[in-house]
Amino acid sequence: MKKKPRIGVFKFASCDGCQLSLLDAEDQLLAIADAIEIAYFPEASRTMAKGPYDIALVEGSITTHHDAQRIQEIRRQSKTLVTIGACATSGGIQALRNWRDVDEFIRVVYASPKFISTLKLSTPIAEHVPVDFELRGCPINQFQLVELIAATLAGRRHNVPTYSVCIECKTRETVCVAVARGMACLGPVTQAGCGAVCPAFDRGCYGCYGPMDSANTASITKQFRILGQSDQQIARAFRGFNAWDWQFRKASEECEHK
Amino acid sequence: MTDAIRIRIVADQIEQLFQSLIKRDYAIFGPTVRDGAIIYDRIEDTSDLPRGVTDRQEAGKYSLASRPDQALFGYAIGPHSWKKYFHPARVKLFGASTDNGVFRILQEPTPPRQPTALLGVRACELAAIAIQDKVLLDGPYADEIYRDRRKEAFLIAMQCTESADTCFCSSMGTGPAVPVVAADITLTEIADNGNHWFLAEAGTPRGGEVLLELEHQPAGEADCLQVSTAVAAAGLQQKRRLDTTGLREALQDSFDHPHWDEVAKRCLDCANCTMVCPTCFCTDIEDVSDVSGDHAERWRRWDSCFTTSFSYIHGGSVRSSPKARYRQWITHKLSSWVDQFGTSGCVGCGRCITWCPAGIDITEEAQAIRGTVNHGNT
Repeated sequence: MKKKPRIGVFKFASCDGCQLSLLDAEDQLLAIADAIEIAYFPEASRTMAKGPYDIALVEGSITTHHDAQRIQEIRRQSKTLVTIGACATSGGIQALRNWRDVDEFIRVVYASPKFISTLKLSTPIAEHVPVDFELRGCPINQFQLVELIAATLAGRRHNVPTYSVCIECKTRETVCVAVARGMACLGPVTQAGCGAVCPAFDRGCYGCYGPMDSANTASITKQFRILGQSDQQIARAFRGFNAWDWQFRKASEECEHK
Repeated sequence: MTDAIRIRIVADQIEQLFQSLIKRDYAIFGPTVRDGAIIYDRIEDTSDLPRGVTDRQEAGKYSLASRPDQALFGYAIGPHSWKKYFHPARVKLFGASTDNGVFRILQEPTPPRQPTALLGVRACELAAIAIQDKVLLDGPYADEIYRDRRKEAFLIAMQCTESADTCFCSSMGTGPAVPVVAADITLTEIADNGNHWFLAEAGTPRGGEVLLELEHQPAGEADCLQVSTAVAAAGLQQKRRLDTTGLREALQDSFDHPHWDEVAKRCLDCANCTMVCPTCFCTDIEDVSDVSGDHAERWRRWDSCFTTSFSYIHGGSVRSSPKARYRQWITHKLSSWVDQFGTSGCVGCGRCITWCPAGIDITEEAQAIRGTVNHGNT
């Protein structure tokens, strides 16, 4: 029998929600456990086998010196490195601190600031090591994760689209909330993958999956202004879970500096 | 057809049309209010219809408003076209499995499908269905998925007596009047001063059979005149128009037109226009396999020339800029479609104008190119 690929699941600065997506894939979980060897997954198992790993799933952003070194070692031990979620892919919601003085936060929040050791910025994994694939989302979609694992095992191309959330809205026949309700919706500039959940519940898209492959942030900014959004509101819309992604970052800073 | 069946039905009796269709085992799809819009969905009786509600449409904007009358079809068109019923957004083509290393395609029986009746199809929408018929059924390789859904469908057209601000069917020659043979039944609703009735005309023998089951009066000449005047008025109401004279050539000659850069600044590349377009038919194929690797499926789903993956070949996308993608869409729709299928790919329904989150107007963009191209015909 062919040797099972070894998978490691690693956590950095994050809420664990993306790792949970793997455990949430209940009806596929046995098949996954059957097809791969889960060598390292502290959230799910006491077994913590050493590398090398065939696939490393990396959750979370880099926020400490220690983590910045740890990701180097994981990269060295892994044939394929896949980031899972907005934190690992763009720095996460915690990257909001990147626009502020982190030492001041530490002084205000912690009783004993001297125990806190952190970097000034929360940064994505790809700023530290080469990444083979970035699975977007806050959290990731478990079906996309299973699809990615299945495709990798089969040696085929994955079906993870890079087009807009709008295509998902239209496929499920959601009436456009931007056009029919005048809502500021990031759907037209956001990558699909969530299944267009928020517009189906009468909310504009929050951009959890980050910019789609040809995001026109300047045009959507203009539309948001037409819908009556202030520059501050628009900057905040871009500064969500993918605030530090370069396109959303640039778009938010352009509103802020106006 | 011998004598044309043309009758007058009191609005209160239109419920009988539902009964007549249900008796024939049709699943009826028609307009109903949901999520702040008049959408097309499964409906059971007249209480599902958008009574006294109308739509207001402009570039990038849509809203509902109440009407002074009790009209059941007093709106222009819904956000999603009827193509979803004939050309589904996602459809499984086949499943396959491996059994002891032997790969085989699974012979899965298609579940029996209830025949569909579409109620309230506008003239532009009938024209769009005719275009998709040509694209997907003509020629040596008919699309079976489309054919199976399309052939059984019972079409009940509804002539417009009002136009939305985004409508331009008049200039495209596709409406607002419905050619009588274009549908099984063509209705026109007249809802003035408490005198609420429908003119019903049969376009096919089966349409005639249904009509003669309904309580009715013969339609007089005055009735027909009132209807044709009201329909003509809807056409005259239209402010938008697309001048198609020389447009095919103008777009062909405008590959390097500076205006493409202007529209690309606004275009969000989101693909909404192609999703709502009743004639856009492009699809992608997705192969999926499960984790065990023993089962695979092939799916077909709507795609759009606005996605970068649409023109991806080894090494990258052929149309890598938003400008190239917008140019492709409008040029195919209004120019090369003529070469390919003998008509324009646009029917003037205006959906791409309304549902563009950036409010890009195909009539304005075409005019910007057409009006400034250096070409003998323009």
